Amino acid sequence: MSKKIADHNPGRKLFSSKIAAIVVWTITALWTIPTFGLFATSFRPKEDVFMSGWWHIFTSPHFTLSNYQAVLFGQGDAGSVGGVIPYFLNSIAITVPAVVFPLVIATMAAYSLAWIRFKGSDALFFFIFALQIVPIQMSLIPLLQLFTGGAHIGHITIIPALGIAGKLAGIWLPHTMFALPLAIYLLHNFISALPRDLMEAAYVDGANHFMVFRRIVLPLSIPAIAAFGIFQFLWVWNDLLVALTFSGGTQNISPINAKLASLVGQWGSHWEILTAGAFITIALPLVVFFSLQRYFVRGLLAGSVK
Amino acid sequence: MHTVSFWSANLPKIEQTLGAIALFFAVLGVIFYLAGKVNGRAARPLSTAIFLVPALVLLAAGLVFPAGKTILYSFKDAYSNKYVGFQNYTWMIHNSEIHQVIWNTLLWIAITPCVTTALGLVLAIMLNRLKRESLPKSLLFMPMAISFVGASIIWQFVYNFAPPSQPQTGLLSAISRTLGFTPPNWILTQPLNTFLLMVIFTWVETGFAMVILSAAIKGVPADIIEASALDGAHGWKLFKSVTFPMVRSTFIVVFATMVVTSLKLFDIVRTVTGGNFGTSVISNEMYSQIFVRFDQGRGSALAVILFILVTPILIYNIRNLRRERAIS
Repeated sequence: MSKKIADHNPGRKLFSSKIAAIVVWTITALWTIPTFGLFATSFRPKEDVFMSGWWHIFTSPHFTLSNYQAVLFGQGDAGSVGGVIPYFLNSIAITVPAVVFPLVIATMAAYSLAWIRFKGSDALFFFIFALQIVPIQMSLIPLLQLFTGGAHIGHITIIPALGIAGKLAGIWLPHTMFALPLAIYLLHNFISALPRDLMEAAYVDGANHFMVFRRIVLPLSIPAIAAFGIFQFLWVWNDLLVALTFSGGTQNISPINAKLASLVGQWGSHWEILTAGAFITIALPLVVFFSLQRYFVRGLLAGSVK
Repeated sequence: MHTVSFWSANLPKIEQTLGAIALFFAVLGVIFYLAGKVNGRAARPLSTAIFLVPALVLLAAGLVFPAGKTILYSFKDAYSNKYVGFQNYTWMIHNSEIHQVIWNTLLWIAITPCVTTALGLVLAIMLNRLKRESLPKSLLFMPMAISFVGASIIWQFVYNFAPPSQPQTGLLSAISRTLGFTPPNWILTQPLNTFLLMVIFTWVETGFAMVILSAAIKGVPADIIEASALDGAHGWKLFKSVTFPMVRSTFIVVFATMVVTSLKLFDIVRTVTGGNFGTSVISNEMYSQIFVRFDQGRGSALAVILFILVTPILIYNIRNLRRERAIS
């Protein structure tokens, strides 16, 4: 079917395919050059990085792995860089739960809003959708206060101090909270479009909502869950603001992206090492992205485009 | 040599992570199992509660309650001790620095959504004409996967400025020199620097617009195109009267997303200029007021302004959503 659509594609005869190819590849080249420059610089010796632009690799190629050695194991010209491997592991320890928790919680909420209707469930859905616009900067301080001091009205404690500031859970929780509005919205679009007959047949057979959720909704929603999962992975891995606010910048839990940001301040003159660090930081999201991008588009579209 | 201490330092994190996930699913499993045993009239409200309450509690604690607190803080002094009325808002009206911040933000929402969405649409249409579209598509989309900290390092090698006597390591400077211009100090030159930051934003976000719009264009049914082609619609006319109306709703969704993203824009400004040299925008200024100058009141007031600016888009989106749901 897709072949048929492609044969009759709407851009046809608007311009020749040759012009299209030239324009697309020119823009693609422009888009890729900056990243390529980073990649090339990370393999150049320190002296070269300061003496000439990265494009000189084409005329006088010198390559070295010493920048990676310095940033990974703390050996090299810059003295004790310390090594970023612990921060890389921190990022994984932060990201995996911060993707899994909001996905499960949002899928549950989306299912109940779509299929266990009650009075006001539509209004509730619009309200959750509206929460997307709350800028997260607005939430940081009250949330940090909540984690360290709990919530009180007068002398009555409503929520006790959670004591999770500076711990992994103290980063998982904000990420989970901030992800929910978009996650519930996208998953709701998808789940509400599942075939009604299938659900009703299951209810008639005596399945309760929990069985339907586990055996029908979850398996069928995999495309949307995968799409949002990728989105959330990229967001958490690349986040700086939440990490800075809730990790306290310690080696114990600070993610690699925050480490990289602090290296920029600390080693502003060691560009060769920063480029290696930057490339290590963006390597995993790039791998995840390139291997899963099909799901990303498919799942997101199922929700947003009718 | 360091292996033992490395693992003793890092293994607990991995254990904690896996443990938390296991615990999470175990608790859910038990609750699902027990609640599944309940029959009769209580079953339905109980299921609703179990599915919804976790999300609602997290949303209330993470977004609703802090938003309310911020609105309250915006009427209080720097330390949130006493109420000062509209003082934080009048400060904004009379402060010329804030005027520039708001002006910059308006400039961002006036320019970047148009550029990214239009460029995304053009690319989507052209990609549709290529035989092998997956490689350029992936490469165009790639910046989406890169953090803004990474992006700021990447663009350092484009915007870097060096005095004429020194070796040129910035791509843009080197190009202008080859072409015979004397390059300015890019990031320090106002108002040029704001536009240079917009280029980074465009670099990151165009791929997103392109991918979504491209999928929408592919989704236009072939028979509609065929029928209009038989009726004599070709080229631009076909696009204007058939294809574009079919993807208009997607186009608007993408555009609105871009408006909100550029309104909330923080990372690019923060990592490239720190908001100096006349490039600050509202959310960066809000961060500076709260976390650098420790003025909770002014920071909160800026947050409220941001909130007010986003509201019309939100109302528009909700109206669209209601219409869509009414149809389906």
